[in-house]
Amino acid sequence: MKWLISIVIAALLVAGVLWFDSVRRNRPTRVEVATREGILLVGNGSEPQTLDPHLATGQPEHEIFIALFEGLVAPAVDPDENAPGVASSWEQKDYTEWTFHLRPEAKWSDGVPLTSADFVWSFQRMLSPDLAGEYASMLYPLKNGEAYNTGKIKDFSQVGVGAPDAHTLRLTLVGPTPYLLGMLKHYTWFPVPRHVIEKFGKMTDRDTRWTDDANLVSNGPFKLKQRLFTHSITVEKNPYYWDAKNVKLNGIRFYPIVSDSTEERAFADGQLHLTLTMPLTKIPEYRESHSPAFHEDPLLSVYFYRVNVTAKLPDGRPHPVTDKRVRKALSLAIDRESLIHNVLRGGQKSAVGFVPYPDKIGYPNAPKVIHYDPNEARRLLAEAGYPDGKDFPSFKILINTSEGHRTIAEALQEMWKKELHIPVEILNQDWSVYLQNQQELKYTVCRAGWVGDYLDPDTFLRIWKTGDGNNETGWTNARYDQLYDASTKEPDPKKRMEELGEAESILLDDLPIIPIYWYVHDYLLSPDVKNWRHSVLEQRCYKALELVPSASSSPK
Amino acid sequence: MLRFCVSRFLQGIGVILAVLLITFTIVHLAPGGPFQREGKQLSKETVERLNAYYGFDKPLPVQFLVYLKRMLTLDMPPSLTFKGIPVDRIIRQAFPVSLSIGFPALIMALVIGIPLGAAAALRPNTLQDRLSTIAATAGICIPSMVLGPLLALYFGLHRRWFDAAGWDEPSDWVLPSVTLGVIYSSYIARLMRGSLRETLVQEFIRTARAKGASEAAVVLRHAMKLACLPVLNFLGPAAAGIITGSIVVERVFQVPGLGQHFVSSATNHDFNLALTIAAFFAVLITLFNFVVDVIQALLNPRIGFAE
Repeated sequence: MKWLISIVIAALLVAGVLWFDSVRRNRPTRVEVATREGILLVGNGSEPQTLDPHLATGQPEHEIFIALFEGLVAPAVDPDENAPGVASSWEQKDYTEWTFHLRPEAKWSDGVPLTSADFVWSFQRMLSPDLAGEYASMLYPLKNGEAYNTGKIKDFSQVGVGAPDAHTLRLTLVGPTPYLLGMLKHYTWFPVPRHVIEKFGKMTDRDTRWTDDANLVSNGPFKLKQRLFTHSITVEKNPYYWDAKNVKLNGIRFYPIVSDSTEERAFADGQLHLTLTMPLTKIPEYRESHSPAFHEDPLLSVYFYRVNVTAKLPDGRPHPVTDKRVRKALSLAIDRESLIHNVLRGGQKSAVGFVPYPDKIGYPNAPKVIHYDPNEARRLLAEAGYPDGKDFPSFKILINTSEGHRTIAEALQEMWKKELHIPVEILNQDWSVYLQNQQELKYTVCRAGWVGDYLDPDTFLRIWKTGDGNNETGWTNARYDQLYDASTKEPDPKKRMEELGEAESILLDDLPIIPIYWYVHDYLLSPDVKNWRHSVLEQRCYKALELVPSASSSPK
Repeated sequence: MLRFCVSRFLQGIGVILAVLLITFTIVHLAPGGPFQREGKQLSKETVERLNAYYGFDKPLPVQFLVYLKRMLTLDMPPSLTFKGIPVDRIIRQAFPVSLSIGFPALIMALVIGIPLGAAAALRPNTLQDRLSTIAATAGICIPSMVLGPLLALYFGLHRRWFDAAGWDEPSDWVLPSVTLGVIYSSYIARLMRGSLRETLVQEFIRTARAKGASEAAVVLRHAMKLACLPVLNFLGPAAAGIITGSIVVERVFQVPGLGQHFVSSATNHDFNLALTIAAFFAVLITLFNFVVDVIQALLNPRIGFAE
């Protein structure tokens, strides 16, 4: 009798597991449900540090702001193109005097009309020294914008922003800025709701509760529905948006998934339509299986090494890297193709110049001079007094602690040893120490990266001007400064590009930096998402996106 | 008993203050600051203004006192990383999540760990002992960053019993809890095995056997009581650790728990959040240790409530 009971219990247990298995296995994925409901599920890196566009600096915030807010200009279906936003039309003179005509029907998500005064107030807030907005320099193209932000002038009416009437906005710039329209798509230029912010504090108060889910008012295609801290941020269609009838999604949910492996698993599990990134180790697998979900697109960012051109040896003599021939030799000895194909394997592009993907940003004059030539490298090194690397003092590559940076540094260490017989060590430091040493020029060679903010070489070349806070190499070149400054005053776009091209040529001839590769963006996108276009600035045109169930949307 | 409690309470306050002071010193000694980031550098003026805004331009002792005052008056400072969010809101949101993963994990650790360890100790050097020791060692050796993804791959992606990641369904606590629980149960099993074996050879056990008590009574009534003491000792701090979450498990399963903030508040130089979390953890540890001490005194008359 006892054995019979045991058998019955065991059978029930097995049946229970089988039943559970079949129920769970056949449940719809979250993506299937969300596609039907018109909700886009997005992996978004880390928890946004703020929902105040004037205090933000990061990419996760950017991806949310472009859903919640809209500037004068909006991303077109191809997000790198410009479409009318709050401004329905505009005209300009010499790319310096711009007049924007705002839509009379533009409203905030609480129904309050949006006028040119909102923009003036927002620009003033962004530039207020007391707000200490980290990204205020994005508004420096405005006449006197920098002076106001640094406190040199106190009267905001001297800044180049004016509102002759409720629906006209006039911007006066420091100089010709042909790329202004693209810049206006950056969140620092977005309007913020004065009528809400002032309910919770002064214009320049940080950390007030106006960004709480109950309070936040925005003007974009979507409005904030719910923020679950470190869980998700959900936005829903904004009925007051001027183009609401063309917004196809009902909402978007952003998940702050820090780990790229977890994000990839969540995608494979049918929990996300779109990932922000993906683990390097998974890229070959997706690439080789020709997965329709796998995307690899260029990104306006460059990975490079800074060289301290003021570096000294312990005995006080200048370090050999202060010699331009040595820097050239270091650059020529790097086999970038091999690094990318054998070490990185993420589909990156060898940097042939400093400004990445010049053809994508209308920069025909980009010098393409960076290449691999070990013989020339050895010749230059010998010319500099170190034939075959003899007596070359050892130096350190400074990196911040990260597996990826270490791998690259080790590859370069090996290449420099093999081709030039130069002894190199790697010094990894904690993030903030690394930043500090870089700023204080306490390094010889250090790894770096730069991400473009707008579609123009200017965003990459302005930092090499003498004294720029991001130069951090000690490099200074009068001709470079002259050319760059001329480009900021040049009304003729063609001539401007020529000046920038010549400036970059000087940079690449002097090489205070060693460009290594141009980034690509590897990510996963569900075939359910229609009208998706990639942007080199990771802009998105959410209102064009549409969700249509496709056969392959179930998990693999 | 009352004297014991009062003295422990005062000691606890001392410990918490010490933890705060040490944490405060360390976060301020660490190079860098909350307003440093990659790429676009802030101008010196901006950093100075931010420091003034948050009161970081004042001398450190003053900052510490201001911080203490805010804590005591429950006027919690805002996080520096998550702008506009008071630190207590972060803890109030994240702690229940960590608790709902940690509590089942703790139960699981006990329910598996104690019998597993006891089974090994009762039949030393037999197959039963070896198997349970192997299981316990394996549990200790496999780190959660390996076990977690394995569970997610099999029960999440392959069998689809549970979500591979996320915190949306009522069953989403299962895989993270199991990951945490397996590791702690292994520790407990090893502790239990060692201490029960030691206890079983002691005189009072021989006396109990000699008096004719059944083997079950000897083990359950006499030996287990004493053998559980090391486990209990371990459990105090371990419980505080389990219920405050683990960054690894949270990252692997995308759980909005408290563990991630332990690490990220320090690396982000988010002084306010790091200090508050340290204080919160110190309170928990002190509390749990107090509870453990009381239970120990009740279980073991030799310890008692004496000072």
